[in-house]
Amino acid sequence: MSSGIAAFILRRLVQSVFVMLAVSLIAFSLFRFVGDPVAQMVGQETSLEDQARIRESLGLNEPITTQFITFAGNLATGEFGYSYRTRQPISEMILDRLPATVELGIVSLIISLLVGIPAGIYTALHRGGFLANSILISTLIGVSIPTFVIGIFLIFVFGVQLGWLPTFGRGDVVALGWWKTNFLTLDGLRSLLLPAITLGVYQLTLTMRLVRSEMQDVMKSDFIKFATARGIDRRSIHFNHALRNTLVPVITIIGLQFGGIIAFSIVTESVFQWPGMGLLFLDSIRYVDIPVMSVYLVLIALMFVVINLLVDLLYVAIDPRVRSRSEAS
Amino acid sequence: MTALLEVRDLTVSIPSRFGEFTAVNQVSLEIDAGEIHGVVGESGAGKSTVGSAIIGLLESPARISKGSIRLQGDELTSLDETDYHRLRGDRISMIFQDPQTSLNPLLSIADQLIETIRQHRKLSEEDARRQAIELLAETGIDSAEQRMNDYPHQFSGGMRQRVVIALALCTDPELIIADEPTTALDVSVQKQILGLIRDLAAQRKVGFLLITHDIGVIAEITDRVTVLQHGKVVETGPTAAVLGSPQEPYTQALMAAVPRLDRRLSRFRNIVSVETRMEGENLWKIEGASASHASNWLLGGDKVARHAPVAVGRATERADNALLRVDDLDVTFGARRSWFSRTPGLKALSGVSLHLHRGEVLGVVGESGSGKSTLAKAIVGLAPTSGGSMQFNGSPLPDGRHRPRSHLVRRQIQMVFQDPYSSLNNRRTVEAILTEPLLFYKLASKGADTRRLVASVLELVEMPQRAMLKYPHQFSGGQRQRIAVARALMARPDFLICDEPTSALDVSIQAQILNLLKDLQSNFGLTILFISHNLAVVRQMADRVVVLRRGQVVESAVSETFFNAPQADYSQQLLRETPSLSLLGTPV
Amino acid sequence: MIARFRRYAIENELLHLFLHNRVAQLAAFIALVMIGGAVLASFVAPTDPYDLASYDLLDSLLPPSWVEGGDPRFFIGTDDQGRDLLSAILYGTRLSLTVGLLSISFACVLGVSVGLTAGYLGGRFDAFVMRIADVQLSLPAILTALLIDGIARGILPQQSHDDLMIVVLTIAIGLSLWVNFARTARASTFVEKNKEYVQATEIMGMHPVRIMLVQILPNILGPIMVILTVDLAVAILLEATLSFLGVGVPPNQPSLGTLIRIGTEYLFSGEWWIVAFPSLTLIVLIVSVNILGDFLRDALNPKLR
Repeated sequence: MSSGIAAFILRRLVQSVFVMLAVSLIAFSLFRFVGDPVAQMVGQETSLEDQARIRESLGLNEPITTQFITFAGNLATGEFGYSYRTRQPISEMILDRLPATVELGIVSLIISLLVGIPAGIYTALHRGGFLANSILISTLIGVSIPTFVIGIFLIFVFGVQLGWLPTFGRGDVVALGWWKTNFLTLDGLRSLLLPAITLGVYQLTLTMRLVRSEMQDVMKSDFIKFATARGIDRRSIHFNHALRNTLVPVITIIGLQFGGIIAFSIVTESVFQWPGMGLLFLDSIRYVDIPVMSVYLVLIALMFVVINLLVDLLYVAIDPRVRSRSEAS
Repeated sequence: MTALLEVRDLTVSIPSRFGEFTAVNQVSLEIDAGEIHGVVGESGAGKSTVGSAIIGLLESPARISKGSIRLQGDELTSLDETDYHRLRGDRISMIFQDPQTSLNPLLSIADQLIETIRQHRKLSEEDARRQAIELLAETGIDSAEQRMNDYPHQFSGGMRQRVVIALALCTDPELIIADEPTTALDVSVQKQILGLIRDLAAQRKVGFLLITHDIGVIAEITDRVTVLQHGKVVETGPTAAVLGSPQEPYTQALMAAVPRLDRRLSRFRNIVSVETRMEGENLWKIEGASASHASNWLLGGDKVARHAPVAVGRATERADNALLRVDDLDVTFGARRSWFSRTPGLKALSGVSLHLHRGEVLGVVGESGSGKSTLAKAIVGLAPTSGGSMQFNGSPLPDGRHRPRSHLVRRQIQMVFQDPYSSLNNRRTVEAILTEPLLFYKLASKGADTRRLVASVLELVEMPQRAMLKYPHQFSGGQRQRIAVARALMARPDFLICDEPTSALDVSIQAQILNLLKDLQSNFGLTILFISHNLAVVRQMADRVVVLRRGQVVESAVSETFFNAPQADYSQQLLRETPSLSLLGTPV
Repeated sequence: MIARFRRYAIENELLHLFLHNRVAQLAAFIALVMIGGAVLASFVAPTDPYDLASYDLLDSLLPPSWVEGGDPRFFIGTDDQGRDLLSAILYGTRLSLTVGLLSISFACVLGVSVGLTAGYLGGRFDAFVMRIADVQLSLPAILTALLIDGIARGILPQQSHDDLMIVVLTIAIGLSLWVNFARTARASTFVEKNKEYVQATEIMGMHPVRIMLVQILPNILGPIMVILTVDLAVAILLEATLSFLGVGVPPNQPSLGTLIRIGTEYLFSGEWWIVAFPSLTLIVLIVSVNILGDFLRDALNPKLR
C-alpha cells in the first residue's frame, strides 16, 4: 500500500473525527437544552437547595464550552451517564441491548444482499422477460408494504395460524462474556427468523431495484458495446465487465442500506418485542429520556462513520481512478 | 476475386408508433481486403445503422428486413445470435467514436487485450501478453510493455483511440467498422490516427468501413466512397471520382457546401436543403411584418454608426480606433486558497492581446484547450479576468464578474453559441425567447409592434413567421441556430461573438448558416469575432486571423496572408494537418 | 376534438405512454378513488369516528358483516372502542393523506429552493448545504422523524403536543425528506446551468433569481415530479410507521397506522379484521402511488428508451 493511499485514509479519519464532533454537539444540545436535566432527574419534592447542589455537581454551572468538552470527553471514554427513566447507567443498558440489534441487522443484511444482488442482475439482463417482470412487480409491492405490516403478516401466518415459530423476544440465548448470542441455540435461531426476514424484505427490494437500474445503465455504455463488438463471451461481459462497474455505486448503496437497517430495526423490534437498541430508543422517545436519545444518536453516527470508512477502502480496492486520484493528491 | 464484404440491397426498418421507418433503404456496397471504404452522409442518412447492421448489433426494435451481407462469400444475415457473436471480434470488429467511453474504466489495458485475444485464439496468457505488447507498439504506444498495466484514465484521448484500435485489431479481423473514429479528436491527433488506419489497412490487408460525416476525412484516406442520403445510396465509386466530379445533384451540392482551405468563397452556392420544409408554414403572417421591416429597425438603431464592411484587402493590423481592444488579458480558473493548501489554478489565457475594427470579422482558431472559448467568455463577461484590460468603443470594459457592466454594453455585445440544442430554452416559445431581449433592454414594450418585429426578424433569418408560435424542440439544428442568431439580433448589437456556431451542424446546414452570417455582416456592418477549430470555415469568414495555443497568441495576421504564408511553426503545422480536399474540383 | 386529443397524445410522449400503460391507468384510478373517498369522508362514511356519541362500547370488536356474529350496521366490523371500522378507515385515510401531502409539499418547497440555489450559485453555499444533506441522507428518514418528534415532546407540554401533533408530524416528515428534492434539484440545475441558454441570459445581465425561477425551474420540473410522487408514498409510509410506533397522531384521531397498532393487540385472539382492512387500504394506497412514480420515472428517463 502506497503512502498516497495511507494519506487518503488519514484524511478520511480526520474528517470522521470532525463529523463525530458535530454529532456530539447536537447530542449535547439535546441533552442540555431540551428540558431541564435537573428537573428530569429529581422528584418534585426535592428542595431548591438540593437542586442547586445537583446542578453544581453535574457541572451545569460551568461555561458552556467546558460543559461540552466534558460531555464529549465522557462520550469518548464510554461514560454515557444515567437514564432519566430507569436511573441505570446508559452504558450498561446499551451493552445489554447491542448484541440483539447487531445480530438481527447482520442476518437481514445478508438476506437482502444474497437475494437482492442476483435478482437485480437477473432482472437487468432479462428485461421484459416473464420471470423478470414477475420479480419486478413483486418488489414494487414489496417496497410498498410497510415493514410493520410484513411483520404482522408473518406473525399471523407462522405464529398464530401455523404456530411454527415464536413471535416475540429473543428466545434462548447463550452468553459469551457480556455478548448474548442467538446463533447457538435452536430456539434462538427460530426466534431470529421472522424478525430477520421482516427487516430483510424491504432492504432486499431496495438492493434489487438499485442493482438493476445501475446494471441497466452500465449495459448501455459504450465500453459494453465495444466489448460485444469484440466478441467477448457474454458471461464475461455480464459478470466481469458490467458487474464490476455496477459494484462501484452498489457499494455506496450498501453503505446507505445500513442506515435503513438501523431505522427499520426500530420498527421490527417494536413489532416482535425484540430487546434491542431500537426498542430502547423508542422507549426513550416515548418517555422523553433525553440522555438515552443523545447516546443512541452518537452511537449510530459512529457506526455510520465506520461503515463509510470501509466503503471508501472498498472503492480504493475496486476503482483504479480513485486509486490514482488518492495517490496524486 | 470476390470482394471481402458484399452488401446487397440492405434494408433496415424500425417499427415505431408513427409507423415503420426505413432507416436504410436498399444499400449495396463492396469492400476489398486492404481497402478503406468511406460511408459519408449527413445526420439521419443512416450511415451508422449500416455499420451496426453489418456487425449484427442493431438495437432493437431495428431489424434487417431485406438484403444480404456476405463476408468472403459467407452469408451473415441468416446466422443466429450465437454464431454471429462468435464472428464478432474474430472476423469483424468495430471502433467507436469516443475513446473516452469505449474502454472499461476498471480493467487495465492488459486485461482487456489479453481477454480479447484469448477469447478468439487458443493462446497461453504469456503468449497473449506478448502479442498484446507487439500490437500496442504497432499502433504507436511508446514503451508498450510498461503501459500495458495502466488503466484507461491514464491515457490521453489520442492514445486511448490507439488502444481502442489495438483492441479491435488484436484478433486479426478481416473487416473493421470504424464509426466516426476521429470526430472526438483534434486535427493533429486525427491526422495520426488516420495515418495509422491507412498503414494497418495496407500492411495487414484489413478492410475498413469508415463511417464519417467529414468529407475531409473521406478525402484524406479512403479508396472508395459511398454517399448516403435518407438511407439510400446516392453515389458510389472511387473517392477521387466521386469527390472530384460528382454526378448526382445531391453530391454536387454537398461538395459545394464543403468549406475549402485553399480559397475563400464570397458565398456558398445555392444548397439543396436537407431539412424538410414545413408545409403551409408561409401562409401564417403578421400584417406588416417583413425582412425589410427588420432591416430598417436594425439600421435605424442608435447613433453608433453602422459602418460599411471593411474591404477584405484593407483589413489592417493597426490597433488604433478599434471597436474592441484586448490587452495582455489573463484568465485563471480554479485558483483557490483554503486552510490546507493553495491551488495555483489553471491559466486558460495568458497575455492575450487583440483588437477588432468596426465592420471587421476576426477569426480565432485553435485546438481544444487553446483558450478560444474562454476568450469569448471573458469578452461577454462570463469569465472573471485576472490580469490585463479590455476596451470597448473607447471606454474600459469591466470583466462583468467582479465589476458589473452597463446594460448598454451588454446589449451591444451579443453571442451566438455552439450548440443550438442547448442554447434555446425548451420551455419557452420562440416568441418569448425573441421578445426577451427587447423587453429586457427596453427596446420595445409588449404589443402588436413587438410581435411584428419578432416576425420580421424571423423573416430576416429566413424562417417562417409562424415559427414564433412554436417551441425550440420542434425545429432542426440549423433552424434553431437561425433562431439563436435572431435572438442575438433582437438586442440590436454592434458586436457579435460566434463561438463555433456551425460545428454541431451538418455541412450543408453549416454552409447556410455561414451564408446567413455573411449576409447579415455585409448588410448591417456587424463586427464579428468568429471562433472555430476549423481553419477552412474561418477562411470563409475572417478578414483577419488570430491563432491561439495553450492560452497564448501564436500568430495574428490578415487572413489572406495567413492562409498563404503562415509565419509561426504552429500555424504551418495546423494548416498542414487540416485535410486539404485537393481532390475536390474547382467550385463553380 | 377527439382527433385533436389523439394527435396531441401522439405528440406528447408522457400522455402516449400513459394511454398505453394499463397498470399505470389502474393505479391512477385507484389512487383517485381513494383520494375521493378521503376528501369526502364526512359525507361517505356511515358514522363519524371522532364523535364520541356516535359509537358504543357494546358494539366493540364485531366481525365483518358477512362473518358469523357480524352486524349489518358495520360492514367490515368494529374496533375495540365499538367504532365502525369502515368509517375509521375513511377518516384515517384522510388523515394519512393530509399529513402525507402537507409534509411532501413542505419538503418539496424547502428542498427545491435550497437545491436550485445551491446548484446555481455553487461554491461555499453549495458545499455547505450539500454537506448537511449528506449527513442527513445517512440518517434514515424514520430516525430523523422520530428524533424531531422526541425533541418536540421534550419542548412542548403534553396537551399542546397532542394538539400540534399534525404540525409536528408534518415538519418531522418534511424535514426528513427534503434532501431528496434538494439533491435532485441541485443535480438538474447543475446540468441546466451549464447549458448555453442560461449563459445567454447571464450575458444579458438578467438577475440570478429571475434566471433561476424563470429560466431554470421550468426545465427541472420533470425529475422533481418523479421525486414528488415517489416520496409521497414514502411520506404516507412514514406517517403510518410513526403512528404504528405510537409516536404519531393522537389516539382519538386514528390514522391507518394507529388502527393497525390497535389491531395487533387483538391479532392473537382471532380478531383479524382490525389489522387486515387498514393494512390492505394502506398497501393499496402506497402501491398505486408507487406504480405511478415508477411510471413517471421510466417515462421521463430517456436513458431507458
